[in-house]
Amino acid sequence: MENQLIYLDNAASTRMDERVLEAMKPYFFDVYAVASSEFGYSMGIQAREDLDKARGEIASKLGASQKELIFTSGATESSNTAVKGVSLALEKKKGKHIITSKIEDFPVLNSIKALEKRGYKATYIDVDKEGFLDIDQLKDSITEETILVSIQHANQEIGTIQDIEKIGKICREKGVIFHTDATHSFTRLPLDVSETPVDLITVSAHTLHGPKGVGGLYIREKTPLSKWMDGGFQESNFRAGIENIPGAVGFAKAVELVNPEENQRLENLRDRLIQKMLSDIPQTTLNGPRKRRLPQNANITIHYVEGESITLHLDMRGFAVSTGSACFSRSLEASHVIMGIGGDHERAHGSVRFTLGRYNSPEDVDSVVEALSEVTQKLREISPLKKENKEVKKK
Amino acid sequence: MKFPYSEKVLEHFRNPRNVGQIENPDGKAVEGSPACGDMVAVYIKVDSKTQKIKDIKFESYGCASNIATGSIITELAKGKTLQEAKKINWKQASEALGGLPSIKVHCSVLAVEGLRAAIQDYEDRHGVVKKKEPTTEKVVRKRLRHVMNPLTGLDVVRTNLIKEINIEKGVVKIKVGLPPDHQFASNIKEEITEKIKPLWDVEEVNVLFVDESE
Repeated sequence: MENQLIYLDNAASTRMDERVLEAMKPYFFDVYAVASSEFGYSMGIQAREDLDKARGEIASKLGASQKELIFTSGATESSNTAVKGVSLALEKKKGKHIITSKIEDFPVLNSIKALEKRGYKATYIDVDKEGFLDIDQLKDSITEETILVSIQHANQEIGTIQDIEKIGKICREKGVIFHTDATHSFTRLPLDVSETPVDLITVSAHTLHGPKGVGGLYIREKTPLSKWMDGGFQESNFRAGIENIPGAVGFAKAVELVNPEENQRLENLRDRLIQKMLSDIPQTTLNGPRKRRLPQNANITIHYVEGESITLHLDMRGFAVSTGSACFSRSLEASHVIMGIGGDHERAHGSVRFTLGRYNSPEDVDSVVEALSEVTQKLREISPLKKENKEVKKK
Repeated sequence: MKFPYSEKVLEHFRNPRNVGQIENPDGKAVEGSPACGDMVAVYIKVDSKTQKIKDIKFESYGCASNIATGSIITELAKGKTLQEAKKINWKQASEALGGLPSIKVHCSVLAVEGLRAAIQDYEDRHGVVKKKEPTTEKVVRKRLRHVMNPLTGLDVVRTNLIKEINIEKGVVKIKVGLPPDHQFASNIKEEITEKIKPLWDVEEVNVLFVDESE
């Protein structure tokens, strides 16, 4: 059964590419020393060179220089480092106010909430019904005390792409540091730090058919950032701990393997998926925008049915998807993203997210819509809501 | 591979028993609300002589444990007298299903409440209640414990949304501490009316919204 699984939850994790594993292997068996200075022994020097080569390759994808990227254990650590590192550096010098959006992912949101408990003020900027940030509100919210603006590049659930260039320019004018969480957009969307005034960028390998447990943080030169995890002096003294060299090399390989053709292919698959779902399944609503959306993301609400029931039925038919229903979440809370775009509990209750990856085909898209259509029909048969709508879908 | 659900739960989820509506039911109830999450409807047909449940059906707008519990309680209740069926509790339903994950309790409790409420509805309509208890503030409050506050997923009494209850000559006035233009105002009003209106001596239900937060 596992072999036939059609995996459509690529925002959560991805199947690693075999070529990534091949690139990583030597760093488990041949060059396994820790990265050392040029005064160390030769295997350590080799490790250092290869780590920095990987660093340079990932940084160049962002238009950055090699020394502006540090490796971390993943997106969560990168965003924690950005938010908490800036706060430690500036709370005494400048203030304790941070601005973010209502639909940020949890590493940023909960880092800020942790700071709020310690006396910080936070402003959560509204988004419109497609998830686009109210940029005027952002502009008006910046005060003398504001030390950081953290707005994601693209949304984890509904794929909305923010105008980070415009946001970055506002921050630059006002002299505020700007962090963006690019976990879901890195390599899928263009982002160049020589054009976009952004100071900190969260990236991760796990969404790119790379290994889990390795991420990166772009740090523009001279950005005030304090170390918050203490230990050795690794990663330009920004991040203590033994470097995950196989992970870093795998991350670089994963980045190399993404190309514009693949992104175009994913976008075509996404459009096919969205169109088919909206046309084949009655009483559905697209969550997020049609355009200015991540190429790999689709999210719809299927009204009058519940998301966990949908995902479980789809799993039994060999498909892995995700939902914003409260019943599915560990906190029993409905998706804050769907609620943030003005949706109600009902809209979150029946929301289903599909995220595409390298190993998905047009046939996968067609078969998941077919399965979803069956499952929806089955669940609507037993739903007490809207009798009249049950008639519509019977062809 | 291990699912959080037992085989029995999955089996009832895949093939729920006694699904649908009963036309002209002797008792029916809808528990939960689409605004806060899961929802269950229960319909019963009762043999007036034996007081046994002749037929029972359910509908669910909910997750796997909600569907499975709805299914199992119809099996447990069918053929039982109303007095016996009233005593079916969540623990029995859960045991009959081979156990449910604790985080899913609230989804499955709804189905059990649905059955009890359907029986209650039957008794209200058919005057089975031996001595008709007049509707007091206490009675109203008890009923309102089944109306959920969609903001928190907890009931409106526990979350202090009910500011005042006034009962006079069959007219029940309930003040709710929310602005009248609140996004859930109409939903809450509808649910409160549905719960209070069937009481035998209630003629009219007035739900007023007062914003006390400002």
